[in-house]
This record gives sequence, C-alpha cells and structure tokens, in this order.
Amino acid sequence: MKRPLKGSQSLRMMNSPREVQEALEQEKYVADQGLATAIFLALKLNKPLFLEGEAGVGKTEIAKVLASALKTRLIRLQCYEGLDVNTAVYEWNYPRQLLELRLIEAAGQKASREESLADIFRPEFLLKRPLLQAIEDNQPKPPVLLIDELDRADEEFEAFLLEVLSDWQITIPELGTIRASRPPVVVITSNRTREIHDALKRRCIYYWIDYPTFEKELAIVRTRAPGVPERLARQLVAFIQELRRVELYKVPGIAETLDWAAALAALDQQDLTEEAVDSTLGVILKYQDDIARVRGNIVRELLERVRQAEAVP
Amino acid sequence: MPEAGHHELTPAGHLFEHLVLFGRFLRVLGLDVGPGQIITLGEALNYIDIGKRREFFYAARAILVHRREDLPIFDLAFEYFWRPRRNPLLIPVEVNPDLVRRQLRMPPVELFRPGGEKPPERKRDDLVVLEKQLTYSPVEVLRKKNFEAFTWEEVQQAKALMKTLVWRISPRRTRRYRPGRDRRHPDFRRLLRKNLRHGGELVRLAFREPKFKQRPLVVLCDISGSMERYSRMLLHFVHTLTNGLDQVEAFVFGTRLTRITRQLRRKDIDEALAEVVRVVDDWSGGTRIGDAIKTFNYRWARRVLGQGAVVIIISDGWDRGDVSLLAREMARLQRSCYRLIWLNPLAGMRGFEPLARGLQAALPYVDDFLPAHNIESLEQLGRLLSTLGERRPVRRQQAVLPAATAG
Repeated sequence: MKRPLKGSQSLRMMNSPREVQEALEQEKYVADQGLATAIFLALKLNKPLFLEGEAGVGKTEIAKVLASALKTRLIRLQCYEGLDVNTAVYEWNYPRQLLELRLIEAAGQKASREESLADIFRPEFLLKRPLLQAIEDNQPKPPVLLIDELDRADEEFEAFLLEVLSDWQITIPELGTIRASRPPVVVITSNRTREIHDALKRRCIYYWIDYPTFEKELAIVRTRAPGVPERLARQLVAFIQELRRVELYKVPGIAETLDWAAALAALDQQDLTEEAVDSTLGVILKYQDDIARVRGNIVRELLERVRQAEAVP
Repeated sequence: MPEAGHHELTPAGHLFEHLVLFGRFLRVLGLDVGPGQIITLGEALNYIDIGKRREFFYAARAILVHRREDLPIFDLAFEYFWRPRRNPLLIPVEVNPDLVRRQLRMPPVELFRPGGEKPPERKRDDLVVLEKQLTYSPVEVLRKKNFEAFTWEEVQQAKALMKTLVWRISPRRTRRYRPGRDRRHPDFRRLLRKNLRHGGELVRLAFREPKFKQRPLVVLCDISGSMERYSRMLLHFVHTLTNGLDQVEAFVFGTRLTRITRQLRRKDIDEALAEVVRVVDDWSGGTRIGDAIKTFNYRWARRVLGQGAVVIIISDGWDRGDVSLLAREMARLQRSCYRLIWLNPLAGMRGFEPLARGLQAALPYVDDFLPAHNIESLEQLGRLLSTLGERRPVRRQQAVLPAATAG
C-alpha cells in the first residue's frame, strides 16, 4: 500500500475507522472495527473516549498507543480514592512562596500587602498537575490526557471532572480562568469497581473492551511477542481462551497472556506441556484459590482440548 | 407540518428523523439516551459512511450506549430498527415496543401479588384513618407481631411504620480531610495560606480532621418458597433501606441472583415491587444460596464491596444446593466485606435452633446473626448498623445468639 505520509502521522486527519485501525496496527496495537470506530469518532467529534472492560484487556494501552500514533505527549492522571483538586489540577508551592516573601522583606521594599500578594501568586509558583497541564498545553498538537481507573476516585472528583470536560477551563482564584486553546484527546478508563455516573458517560464515546477472540489474541501475541514460536503461540492462546471459560475469581487478561508468552519463551519451551503450565501458572492466575482449583485435572483437560483443536486443520 | 407524499426531503433531513425515532425507541427499551446523544450521532454521520452498515452500527453504539448491560439490547434493537429494505436507504420499521419486548424476551409488566391474594379495594380516606390508628399501643403490638401473621391492613400499617424508621450506618474514615479543630493535626496548606499576609509568620493556626463517609450497604434477600411468608415484608424493608440511605445495592435470590437496585430506586413502594417482580423469575422456588453467593462474589463483589461495605444476607438458610460451596463462598464474602450480617426471620421463634444445614455451614463466617421476623427486630438491626465501630470485628466462629440479643 502506498501512503504519502507515514500512516500514524496524520491520525487526526484520518477519514475512516479503517485508517485508524491501520495506524494503530503500525503502533502494534490490534484493534477491532468497533474500537477503531469509537476512537475515530472521539477524535473527529472532540469527545472523551470512555473505555470499560475487565482488568488487563488493554484499556490503558490505547491511550499510550494513541499518543504515540498522534506523535504527541501523554499526560496521565492515575485516579485513587481521595484524589482531590490539589493533586489533579494545581497546588501553590507554599514553601517557595514563603521564601519569596522573606526575600521581598529582606530587600527592604516597603511594598503594600496587595503588591506582595500579587508578587507571590505568580504562575512560577504554581505546581501544575495533570489536568491543568493538559488544558494549558500549547504545543502545536494537543496532548493525549489519560484519566486512568476513574472508578477508583470518589464521586466528588467525578463531578469536578464533568465540569472540566464540558467547559475545558479551570479557574484559579488568584490567576483567573485558564482556557484550553484546543481540547486534549481524552481517554478515560474504568474497571467497573463501581458505576460511573451516567451524566459523565453520556458525554463520552463509550466502548466496552471484551476479552479478545482466538484470532485477535493470536495476532496480539504475534505482534507484541514476536520471539515466541508460532506453534507455542497458538497453543498458549488456545489454552488461555479455554481457561477463560473456567469459573475463576480473576480471569486472565491480555497482559497475562503476553507475560505468559514471554515466560514460556524465556524457559525455551517449544510445546505447551503440563509441567510447563504448572510451573508458570502464577503468571496467569493471581489468586491462590484459582491456582489450586485449576492445577491438575483442569489443566490436563484444557491441554487435551488444545491438542484436539490443533489436530483439526 | 409534514406533507403527505412529499418525498423530496434531503436524505440528511430524512435520516435525522429516523435517528430521533431510533433514540425514542431505545428509551422505550430502557436505555439512557438523551437528545444530546442523538445530535452527536447526527454529527458523527458527517464522518461515517452510513452505507457501511457495520460502521454505522459501531458509531451508533459508541455514542448511544454507555452501560455494558445495555449492549445486547442495543444490538437487537439495531437489527430490528435498521432492517435493510429493498430501498438502499435504511428505513426504520414501525416502532412497537410491545412487539420488541416480546422479541427481546423481556417479560411483560405484572402486578406484585405474592400468594395470589388480592388486596381489597381501598379509598383514599381509609389511608388517613390508618395513620390516625398508629397511636402508641397498637404500634407496640404491631412492632412485636410476627410478619407471617400480618393481615393486609397490618401490612399497610407496617409499611407506614417502616417509613418512620431512621437508618444510619456508622461512618467510615476516608482519606480526605476537612478543616477541623483537633489540635493534633495541623493543616499545612491552610496554615501557610492564612499566614502569608502576615509575612509568613504563623499567627493564626489551622487544623484538619479526616472526613467521614457513610459505608455502602449491600442486601441479599432470599425469596425462595420457604421464605414466602416473609419476603413481601422484607422487600418493603429493603425498599425503605434503599430510599433512606445513600449507597445501597439490593439483590434477591432463589435459584439465581438478580440485582434489583435500579427497580427499588422508585419512590413508590408498590411500583418498585412491581418492577422487581418483572425482572425476577425465580419467585418462591428452590434455594441455592451457595450458588447465589458465588455469583455475587464473582460478578458483583468487586464492584459493590469497595469502601468498607456492610453486607446483609436475609435468609432462613434452607438450602438445596451444595453446602460446602456455600461455606466456601461465605468465607470469601466475609473476607471481602467490612461486616457480614445474617438476618433470619425464623430466629425470632421461641426455641429456634439453627438446624437448617445451609445456616450451619454459613454461620462460622457470619459476623452478626439476628432475627428479622417483626419490626422490633429490624429496629434492633438499625441499632447495630449505627454502632459498627471503626474496626473490623475480630473474626472467629460466633456462638449463635438467641432471639433478641443485640450484637
């Protein structure tokens, strides 16, 4: 295929979901049509992309890949309980302000109180946190703002975010209102440990990322772990696919598949044997209950199914 | 005014009407679709090739759906609405929600009538009389009366009485702070701010204290056959909880687990219960508590048990499922919540012993075991909830408490 520009360079100018899909592929991210459409629309309509899905299906990865495909910088806000404006938006650098105040005094200038206050509430004493960074960013290309695991933050923050995402401006009492010249590309992820309010989600382009199909997962392993022998790759993906059907407390995600592929390759495995699975089970299952349940009979059964599937051309 | 036989509409104009219709159609099916989203979809069509059905499908889905559980409904609705016709343009079929409900196998709306009994016709002024009747002594009798012996009138009175109960769960310390007076915790940010005008000399002090927040409450209520005489009153109770507290998640189970939080949000109790009946399809059947709790653990625990949740299981413990499974899942549930309370309507009977095998299996993992057979026992639960304390209970096998001992 002939392309005048390197595909990724013009992701913002892409004209169809298909082209987005190709650009992501160049960044080694395998996206299906639904996801590519959602990303395409988020870019075209300037709306936040809201990604939900089980842990480890590659939600956060999308933001990273987007930033690199758009050749712009990634600003990440990791959410946690208790996250507040001071860590998400801005904070004054109080120690430096105090120091400045002492310096003014020491210089013996008889400045009025208002003047010295204006002196110390200057942008240089402002500590910019991710949201402010993203809004203030004046690079030629708008940054990608990743708001990761929003479900971990509490509702107060969600309400604040709703405001920022609709107006793209932040008011700092001492400095005034800072408006984004161009809104950043926003990616919000949630693991659904709690429901995010509908009002926020309604403003977004929503996509639920499911566990991948066999073909898609194999494609992911091939692109992300090229060192793994083809036969082993097929076997381990087939095994993971079967394993996801077993009732587990924590089902392995794509991240686990890739870790496992790397682990098995590092152990120089050519073939998925019961011993190999047994000794690496901790890479894909993270709960002792799950490991105890699967080890032995279930592993043997799953391996048997993998072999049978292999036998069918 | 639409003109009959006027076919010269621009495709875009025509299409937009269809989008609006589609939005209305989705709303009828219970999706949260606002006009803003329809406009966004219209905008999106500038970039999307509507001739490519898949592309249009994914675009519409990403814009109109924002809850995972709505995805399958949307998929079917899309197939149904945007059926390709001979005409190259996509033409929607007539919107007939009932037909679609049937096609999507959504149960029809029914009224809530457990036990098949019909409530007698009531007039408005009767209700006023009832309120007047709630003077002290009848209330006392009602409070102590077993739910199973309630007449229809008493149910109505009890409903009114339950509304007056105040629910409060002892709060949990969060990681946020607010200005406070406790001199042990200085608030440096405010301290410096307040004193900048004094040239950085600490003239005025500032302190902070942790913010407290109510714990979430999760209720799992047994609605199997053996609980039939109680389930109506207990669902009333769960409804008052849902409306009296901020964060309440409610589930019912018999042979399978159903989440009824959304249904119970309706203010009117009868409407709420009618909605519950509509979504639950294992009324008064068998019980498999272990399976229900397992489903809860796997599908819901991580979503609703954050932030130090209190879990209440309401069941008589008559279980026809696998008892070892129940024990295992109870253990896991206890590990993942702050406090696990089991309410048993039968525990109010004189000489009650927890012989039900399900109950025996579950009890070692229960923090508090309380009766729930009359309003007084629910008040007792209320007292327990408001005095939970700041630490998890020390968990070991609890001796079974006799009927009316507060935890």
